[in-house]
Amino acid sequence: MKCTLKLFVLLATILVTGCSITPWVKPYERGYLADPIMSFEPDAVSSNYMHHVYQAREGSRGAEGGGSGGGCGCN
Amino acid sequence: MSKYLNFSLVALLVGLLLLATHSMAKVLPEERSDIMFHEYEGDGVTINGPSVLVRKNYMDSISINANYYVDNVTSASIDVLSYGSPYVEERTEQTVGVDLLRDKTIFSLSYTNSTESDYDAETYSVGFSHDFFGDLTTVSAKFGVGDDVVRATGQAAFEESLSRKNIQFSISQILTKKLIMGLNLESIDEDGYLSNPYRKSSILMASDFGVIDRQGTWEEENYPETRSSDAASLKLKYYLPYRAALRAEYRYYSDSWDIEGSNFELGYTHPIEALNVTLDVRYRIYQQSSAYFFVDFLDASNGEEVPTYHGRDKELAEYSTTTVGVGVKWEFLSSRWFVLDKASISLSYDHISFEYDNYRSANEVGYELGQEPLFEFDAGVTRVFLTALY
Repeated sequence: MKCTLKLFVLLATILVTGCSITPWVKPYERGYLADPIMSFEPDAVSSNYMHHVYQAREGSRGAEGGGSGGGCGCN
Repeated sequence: MSKYLNFSLVALLVGLLLLATHSMAKVLPEERSDIMFHEYEGDGVTINGPSVLVRKNYMDSISINANYYVDNVTSASIDVLSYGSPYVEERTEQTVGVDLLRDKTIFSLSYTNSTESDYDAETYSVGFSHDFFGDLTTVSAKFGVGDDVVRATGQAAFEESLSRKNIQFSISQILTKKLIMGLNLESIDEDGYLSNPYRKSSILMASDFGVIDRQGTWEEENYPETRSSDAASLKLKYYLPYRAALRAEYRYYSDSWDIEGSNFELGYTHPIEALNVTLDVRYRIYQQSSAYFFVDFLDASNGEEVPTYHGRDKELAEYSTTTVGVGVKWEFLSSRWFVLDKASISLSYDHISFEYDNYRSANEVGYELGQEPLFEFDAGVTRVFLTALY
């Protein structure tokens, strides 16, 4: 718990002080990043389904970046 | 509690602290509706059905989303052929969620309900997403709890329960004008009935005198009643010198059942502006080690002690998968018409090859027990969906 508290203080310090960092990519320089082709998951209905397929057929699960719930239709 | 779960709880606390100290503008997700038909076909299993996802925003501060999803399952898999009977069933899943925008933070709540004839699941989740450092960094955290009820067709008295907790922590980071990164951590803890009431272990007992094939070896599985897992993934996406994007993703997974898995994916997205078409190709490899209690076949005919935990679920075996996928999206409406801003139709197909290293084709005849050929199969995954933005 002591370690958790230290980690909390460290992260809080980094993030609070970090908020004053000047952005190295200015808002007007983000044209490429705003292009729809740069989205990690442009179509949630499709990517959620693929996460579900892999969750049901592979032993690993989690950290896909999408949602997860119970039930898989795979009994 | 796993180390990522600890770390994510800290991140959640840090996030809540910062919400009180910083406030700038953020926008809600775009309003859209998707209607999809999906189909998985492989190893004698066909699963298909619709999925409808709708998102609508109100007063620039509230976004409501709902998803209705159906799996129509027809199964004659190798497990079913080995010791069961082909079956047909339906699973329906409904999700409703709400996102509340306040300054630069989105608070999210969602509820998911999944129903099958022999399995019910409910999941509740709460989370937040906040932008930092002049919008270069987005930090998200999500906590979910779920309760499942497991039944078994043909066994009216059978009913077990399972509870789940999961916590996710994500960072999306702009690295350069053309490069973005996503980092995801997730821990999942499960407690309760984790076996499958239909699946069997293959164990030759001392009492199985005269048994010469797998048919006389099927025993009830017995799994541990807890499972804790940690997963971490890193994604990168780069805008190429011409209008196209390259992405790479790596994920590492480990759990308390000694399964270690990793996958790597490469993808390329290429728009053809003259045709309003976007092409996508992808390649993914996955591999995992087997659970410590996985047994394809155990010869205990000489009186050896049978381990307390044993199971023969092929998702717990040592194996690898390779996926090759292609997708095409045609934006047939690219300027405003009536209430619509844009509309498109998309088609995706993924071919997945499964190759097992210690799971054998138990229904093959003419082989010595436990010496059947290693199992392998190919699967196809199809998605066709219509998208409307408004």
